[in-house]
Amino acid sequence: MGLYTEMFLTFAKIGSFTIGGGYAMIQMMEREVVEKKRWLDHEEFMNTLVVAQSTPGLFAIDMASHIGLKLKGIKGGIVAALATALPSIFSILLIAIFFQTFKDNVHVEKIFMGIRPCVVALILAPCFNMAKKAKINRRNWWIPLVSALLIAAFGVSPIWCILAAGIGGFIYGRLNS
Amino acid sequence: MIFLQLFYVFSKIGIFNFGGGYAMLSLIQDEVVNKHQWLTVNEFTDIVAISQSTPGPIGINCATYTGYTAVIHAGFPTWAAMLGAILASLSVIWLPFLLMVSISKFLLKHSKSKAINDIFSTLRLVIVGLIAAAAIMLMSKENFGNIGESPFVFFVSTTIFILAFLGTRLYKIHPILMILLCGLAGLLIY
Repeated sequence: MGLYTEMFLTFAKIGSFTIGGGYAMIQMMEREVVEKKRWLDHEEFMNTLVVAQSTPGLFAIDMASHIGLKLKGIKGGIVAALATALPSIFSILLIAIFFQTFKDNVHVEKIFMGIRPCVVALILAPCFNMAKKAKINRRNWWIPLVSALLIAAFGVSPIWCILAAGIGGFIYGRLNS
Repeated sequence: MIFLQLFYVFSKIGIFNFGGGYAMLSLIQDEVVNKHQWLTVNEFTDIVAISQSTPGPIGINCATYTGYTAVIHAGFPTWAAMLGAILASLSVIWLPFLLMVSISKFLLKHSKSKAINDIFSTLRLVIVGLIAAAAIMLMSKENFGNIGESPFVFFVSTTIFILAFLGTRLYKIHPILMILLCGLAGLLIY
């Protein structure tokens, strides 16, 4: 089996078996790529995490592209990124086609009426742990509060908040040094 | 032109996405629900639930579903909608990929630099705000029922919200199990 085929199968497997988004797949990716295939050592894998966290884009796809690039250059990166995305695209396409026919069904609507408030809770729940990890304190607590307000109450695009955070953080760091 | 719009919007969502799937939700909601009205608040909430219970990154799942639905709403047949779904998904990926090709070596060398550290320490705080905003914007009468018109729906929804929040925070119930339980509750109660 060629390296490309092997890469494609490995990343497609990672893409198909990780439910719940990017961070859930770190463990599985480490097991496949470091322990089983030995494409990277542990330190290189940790570097990949750093790069994926500091570049924009989807975490899982960033990880895959970086590993693919390391192994086989640009072609390898494309193979790894596409392989990670394809299982999602296919499963959601099937669901979208299915849903288009069943969304007006009374029972389906009832089920989703129960699920919708739950989704809101699931999005809100990790905020508190994330705030702790982001080192929230008495001097900076207003930053998440103001950005949430600007977006939710005043309709400001999140893009402006992200740009302001990047530039503001850079300038603040300069002034403090 | 719906296809060009999908390409532009999802490229933008891809390149401004820091901080994972949940942080991306407010970007997607801003563009897809508020500005372009490709999905209703309900449809968007449903797709988040579906994304959480199916494999793969939430951003790709949302892009695929939105691409499909937007093209159907624009009056095109199923095959065109499938193309729209694939186009939207690939649009999320390509710009970050090009960036990765060009700057990953640089980033690795400077990942411990003070400037990058300064930028990310603020960015991480704003991302918490972004996620909170996504949740707040979904606390709408579409998702919770109108307290005046349908007090029963509002009461049930608020109860489900509080129980799901406590179940996730305090008892670490798995999100998929939580979604299944709440779906079952909806089916039985309404």
